[in-house]
Amino acid sequence: MKRFLPWIILAVAAASIAANWLPRKVTSEDFDLGRLGQIPVLVGGRVKPLDTVARNSLLIIHGKQELRLEGGKRLSAMHWLTDVLFNAPVADQYPVFVVQNADVLGLFGWEQSDRKYFSFAEFMPFLKQIDEQATQSDKLEAVQRSAYQSAILNLRNGLSLYQRLKNSIQPEDAQNFAAELHRFEGTVPGAAKAARERSMGENFDKARLDDVAAMIQRYERLSEMAYVLAVPPFGQDDQWHSVGDSLLRSVGTGQIHPIVGDYAIVGDAYRVDDRMLFNQNVQFVGDSFAKTQPKATKRASFEFLFNRLQPFSQSMALYVLAFLLACASWLGWSGVLRRSAFYILLLALAIHTFGLVSRMYLQERPPVTNLYSSAIFIGWGAVIVALILERIFKDGIGAACAGAIGFVTLIIAHHLAGSGDTLEMLQAVLDTNIWLATHVVAITTGYSAMFLAGMLAIIYVVRGVFTRSLKKQTADSLTRMTYGVVCFATLFSFVGTVLGGIWADQSWGRFWGWDPKENGAVLIVLWCAIILHARWGGFIRQRGLMVMALFGNIVTSFSWFGVNMLGVGLHSYGFMQKAFPWLVGFMISQLALMTVAALPLEKWRSFAPARVRSPGEQPQISPAPSAG
Amino acid sequence: MLHKIVDIFTSLKLTIVCLAAGMALIFAGTLAQVHVGIHEAQQRYFQSMFVWWPPEGRGFHIPIFPGGHLIGGVLLINLIAAHLKRFRWSWRKLGIHLTHAGLIIMLAGGLFTDLFAVESHMRLANGDAKNFSEDMRDTELAVIDTSGDDLDQVTAIPDTVLRHNRVIDHWSLPFRIAVRNFYENSRLKMLSQAGEGAQPIANQGPGAMIAVEPAVRATATDERDVPSAAVEILPKDGGSLGTWLVSDALGAPQTFACGGRTWMISLRPARYYKPYSVTLQKFTHEKYAGTEIPKNFSSKVTLIDPERSVNRDVLIYMNHPLRYRGETFYQAGFQPDDSATILQVVHNPSFIAPYVACVIVAAGLLVQFGFHLVGFSRHRRRAIA
Repeated sequence: MKRFLPWIILAVAAASIAANWLPRKVTSEDFDLGRLGQIPVLVGGRVKPLDTVARNSLLIIHGKQELRLEGGKRLSAMHWLTDVLFNAPVADQYPVFVVQNADVLGLFGWEQSDRKYFSFAEFMPFLKQIDEQATQSDKLEAVQRSAYQSAILNLRNGLSLYQRLKNSIQPEDAQNFAAELHRFEGTVPGAAKAARERSMGENFDKARLDDVAAMIQRYERLSEMAYVLAVPPFGQDDQWHSVGDSLLRSVGTGQIHPIVGDYAIVGDAYRVDDRMLFNQNVQFVGDSFAKTQPKATKRASFEFLFNRLQPFSQSMALYVLAFLLACASWLGWSGVLRRSAFYILLLALAIHTFGLVSRMYLQERPPVTNLYSSAIFIGWGAVIVALILERIFKDGIGAACAGAIGFVTLIIAHHLAGSGDTLEMLQAVLDTNIWLATHVVAITTGYSAMFLAGMLAIIYVVRGVFTRSLKKQTADSLTRMTYGVVCFATLFSFVGTVLGGIWADQSWGRFWGWDPKENGAVLIVLWCAIILHARWGGFIRQRGLMVMALFGNIVTSFSWFGVNMLGVGLHSYGFMQKAFPWLVGFMISQLALMTVAALPLEKWRSFAPARVRSPGEQPQISPAPSAG
Repeated sequence: MLHKIVDIFTSLKLTIVCLAAGMALIFAGTLAQVHVGIHEAQQRYFQSMFVWWPPEGRGFHIPIFPGGHLIGGVLLINLIAAHLKRFRWSWRKLGIHLTHAGLIIMLAGGLFTDLFAVESHMRLANGDAKNFSEDMRDTELAVIDTSGDDLDQVTAIPDTVLRHNRVIDHWSLPFRIAVRNFYENSRLKMLSQAGEGAQPIANQGPGAMIAVEPAVRATATDERDVPSAAVEILPKDGGSLGTWLVSDALGAPQTFACGGRTWMISLRPARYYKPYSVTLQKFTHEKYAGTEIPKNFSSKVTLIDPERSVNRDVLIYMNHPLRYRGETFYQAGFQPDDSATILQVVHNPSFIAPYVACVIVAAGLLVQFGFHLVGFSRHRRRAIA
């Protein structure tokens, strides 16, 4: 039985993930929002499925990818977006906007209560006021804004995104849009004739011209507001257009783009609750995209699948499980639990890898392009190295490290995703796959290794000081692992840093510019060099190495996150107020661990002679490692 | 005694002390950038022998920490000395030797770059041709004799001289120049808009109607100081022609006559002249559809060098600079309305050093850690057997 336990645990974990992944059946009584969610559109310079637009927009506005209504009813992001696009009056009532700042609430004469979500309808009377206040705080740098100023600006940006979404596929007040378009198409040629006649000074039909002028004004507004470019390019040289833009262009051609008409029917069907017509036409739009834009459609469908599978959340859960199993293996049943942890980690890594590779495919880029993806990659790299250690040493330590780092980095990534699309387009200077693939990957691999060395040191200190489980053999292998990982980190950090310099030399003629991010990278290299030289010179031994590896966590976190918060230099990605307390907390925790590690060895439970002995048990005295 | 000094300079402890001091310095220098800007922090912390306190403006200052040049220099000596003393050839040490040889090249190259590299800008509107680039920070007072038939004679006085508010006497000029007020950064305002009590600092040219307000020195990377000064022209045969306001914010040079010749005077970014010219044909700024995210910037220029009979079109774009006659032109920026391109022009004779060093060090580290790994796995195999 015990022999099969690891396999059983693995099977249960895999089965529960598979259960999460099973698609829900759509009957003909439902709106087929899944099909609609796969249709590609262009937002933020990237072709993506509507489902991604829904998730990211809801994340920006609401802070979550799902909406919970009063009474506990849940609304998927796609359901919410469909209402926003096609049935604005209903969507206006959803409590999506987050406001927690008492001063902002006070602006509207509302008292702070436990309610923090508000609907667009509630803000309607205050839109002008919000915009004025936000415009004022927009003049300040992010760092200078007060909590109120940030909150009002956030609210304005959320409201404006929402209003633009509402006018993306049709005017928000459209009743029977298909009929409206039909009328528009019918009047355009007559109006064009009238306009010609007027310019020639002949008698012209004024009513016809006025009618079409009003409509053009309406579509101009639509084109200014649109957030989503939903109309695909027509020929080789054409580009994506918004519905409004496309309608304005049809004045010249006299023809409305077929997709615009199809979308209009979809919207009308949705409003009158005609599910069959809705599903038929969504299918029709999807099919015509598949014909005219095969590549975009394929990619969008894949991204839709990627969104649904949520590989990083799935592997996050598995990492926690593996970490617990590995820790438990130090208490008893060690072989079985350790093997279970290892198998679970392999599964987690496979899913993690799938997520990473999928992102690379979707973006057509090397793995790391922004802070979010760096977190995912750091976790991935550290898990692989830790699993190799586990394979060599077979003592649960590598497995525990893999579980812990995998989980923590994915949690960090999860919180970094709040600002919307994590597959955003790259600024011109970053538009080079060679350097992204070499410099950025090498640097982040260096971060992975530093955090892994730090994690090994945490295990050494915690197990040594607080438990009796750190035997001499374990302590020695921990030391060897840490040393090896620091060597690995040195190599990658150094190469990565210099490659960064070479990239800088290639792109703006300066090998080294003392930019904060460069300085952060060189701090890691210097710290690695100090650790290695101190060890070769015999200035530190086991414990010294561990204390220095702990400090390596601080140096690396400063380099990864801290320098970005300074808000200077070429690598600054904006001030991250929210992350600041977490970073400081992490650094303090590492300093605390270093202090604990500095306790005299007889205070370490693993190295102190056992005080309470049960009768008959041999006294356990592990030889203390030499002080470092 | 000598022995002791040699011991100190070859010791591993000194290496560690230098590395640790380097970390502290870089950390402090990075934080300082928030307040004083990258350029100023770089000069104070990294391109100096000592970090001084209080930094400026007081009667005294004391060194409180070794600066980048001192730490780097000692590290370089330490590195070379230790290897001279302990160098013994063996294959086992190949990795260590390679790594440190590479580091020596890198440090020396870095020092060389610090001393000899020159960075400047060339700003070109569509159709513009220039045969000079401009310094990003340094300013010069250009005094131009325009009476020559084909050539103008330019006398350039660097801002390091202007700063001291002295009287400048140069053999090529029939007059002396008295610098009355020099502002490192300033704002110019029309007198009518400057408020009560504002006084002009000049009495000739447009400067007589302009008030100059001193400003805090720029710290952000994309900001530039606007230096201004009042200069009095004193003919060498006695008297005064009056005082002119010269400023980077005033566009065209100002003209006056002295000694039977016509002169132009202006305060402008320091210029580096080149034996060739660059003409901007077209600047392109692409954005991703439906966004403001820049996709690519490129400048199509014509390079004309009569000396080497070169006349060709070149496309300079992100990550693809033009290298010509020891100088490299990079696409660095553009005017907000896309009307002009800004090229960064870099002259760095030791740019190759880091490339070589990187390869050598990486090879060294690989060999070194490779040895460790092989030794480790042998050890384990023996332990298991």
